[in-house]
Amino acid sequence: MTNSLSVEDYRLTGRPRTLGALYSRNARAVIARGLRATKSSNWMVMVSGFFEPVLYLLSMGVGLGALVGTVTGPGGSEISYAAYIAPALLAVSAMNGAVYDSTWNVFFKMNFAKLYQGMLSTSLGPLDVAIGEIFLALLRGALYATGFTAVMGVMGLITTPWALLMIPASVLIAFGFAAFGMAITSFMKTFQQMEWVNFVMLPMFLFSATFYPLSVYPQPIQWFIQALPLWHGVELLRQISAGVFTAATGVHVLYYAAMIGIGVVLTTGRLRALFLK
Amino acid sequence: MPPNLTAEPVIAARALTKHYGEFAAVDGISFEVPAGEAFGLLGPNGAGKSTTMKMIGGVSQRTSGELSIMGLDPERHGPEVRAHLGVVPQQDNLDEELRVRDNLLVYGRYFGLPMSYLKPKVDELLEFAQLTEKAGAKVDSLSGGMKRRLTIARSLINEPKILLLDEPTTGLDPQARHILWDRLFRLKESGVTLILTTHYMDEAEQLCDRLVVVDKGRIMAEGSPATLIREHSTREVLELRFGSERNTTVAADLEGIGERLETLPDRVLIYAADGEAALEQVTARGLHPITSLVRRSSLEDVFLRLTGRSLVD
Repeated sequence: MTNSLSVEDYRLTGRPRTLGALYSRNARAVIARGLRATKSSNWMVMVSGFFEPVLYLLSMGVGLGALVGTVTGPGGSEISYAAYIAPALLAVSAMNGAVYDSTWNVFFKMNFAKLYQGMLSTSLGPLDVAIGEIFLALLRGALYATGFTAVMGVMGLITTPWALLMIPASVLIAFGFAAFGMAITSFMKTFQQMEWVNFVMLPMFLFSATFYPLSVYPQPIQWFIQALPLWHGVELLRQISAGVFTAATGVHVLYYAAMIGIGVVLTTGRLRALFLK
Repeated sequence: MPPNLTAEPVIAARALTKHYGEFAAVDGISFEVPAGEAFGLLGPNGAGKSTTMKMIGGVSQRTSGELSIMGLDPERHGPEVRAHLGVVPQQDNLDEELRVRDNLLVYGRYFGLPMSYLKPKVDELLEFAQLTEKAGAKVDSLSGGMKRRLTIARSLINEPKILLLDEPTTGLDPQARHILWDRLFRLKESGVTLILTTHYMDEAEQLCDRLVVVDKGRIMAEGSPATLIREHSTREVLELRFGSERNTTVAADLEGIGERLETLPDRVLIYAADGEAALEQVTARGLHPITSLVRRSSLEDVFLRLTGRSLVD
């Protein structure tokens, strides 16, 4: 086996590092793998993920919106019903994409495709894999958000340049759900347990002030909804879409920052337990 | 290439244990492997072979004991240790979403190897695995033997100094096994250290310079296949079948023939230096087996002797 370039020129050499057994600073190889796999097989899933919120926007926003008329948006101005629910749908789509990628997708790759087992036979550590998978989920989220924002623009639902900030904010929301979702998935052993993910997601989608204001609920239920992550995402994007920023905006961002922090710490710990047992 | 026994061992395990709760999967095993050797772990399913392999690869943490791979502790230096390892797991875990060539290319990227190195390397390995024509094929269109060869080619992408093979030919047909053995033999000739688990004694005899017989997490014996057979068995074995009903009852009448007698559910084994002579003694006693076979002792016999059980149940 002769080669003009020797593998010794590139081989990782022994040098203790923090997280040495978990991380080799090569998450980009996991990302490159994901892109290559998407190119050859996964693109249908990608396309359907983009259309879902667009279909909701057409049906509920335009269709139902004709009955509803205008509603009071953030900051008190009257806006069309479509403009009211569009940012909420974007938050839902960020959540759905991130949760799908970090739960079902990770669960399958971990337990059935044995993909991670192969990756972890190489120089990669569990943290490289986690970072790579979360990044892919976020990249997809960013693409969807960009596409959806463009659709909103075409439908005339964007009235302020601030609305462009919905794209990074969607990525933040996706990051929160992906980090947390991956941590939860690492505890799951069977498909039956995975069903619980859907069981939580659907009501959260329907009741997180997505289609109507929070004020319709009695106070205790309002508190409950406000404790859930999706409500913060819906409110954050709704405020941004109108260019209205208050102290609450900061709270929403902090909520996601905390979710990301806890999710990443939990995921790393679980990966250590799962793959270095 | 004969192993250089004076060199530092590439793998050194001392009193290695692995407990899962109360259960000791690996129960205090010690061994050293010099560079370039083909070293085998022979034992039945559940003996602790795969667990040992996982600890070497740094994907399983030991409960106690010491382990050093090329001077590094795989638990603390997982990524660095694995940079020198090639791993062929018991079940193929090829990337089904990627094509054959991409499986090799992407795997090389996991080691942080650049494309300029990988492009010629991938072609070379496809050639080695006799898969050049399948480079653009989907993984699930490959036969079992091809998948296995691709898994082995993949494990060589980083030019490993140590190749870990967990049951490399389980589930393959005889022809595919022989092709694989040939490839592994070539690797051995090129100086790669092979660590191999198997429950096939013919595989161990074909490939291993030295092996340990493992049972219930402990090492029962250690040596070259020939030495083990010489030390723990006779030169020949006479296998007799009297029909499943009679094997046990006949065994009493066979006492005294050969050096040792082993009664299995389906046959009686007589260990003797001269199998034909033993068979004459059997017929001289008026016993007429349905079938009789004289063969040379194998590692299977060694295992039976050491543990009182067969390798493949």
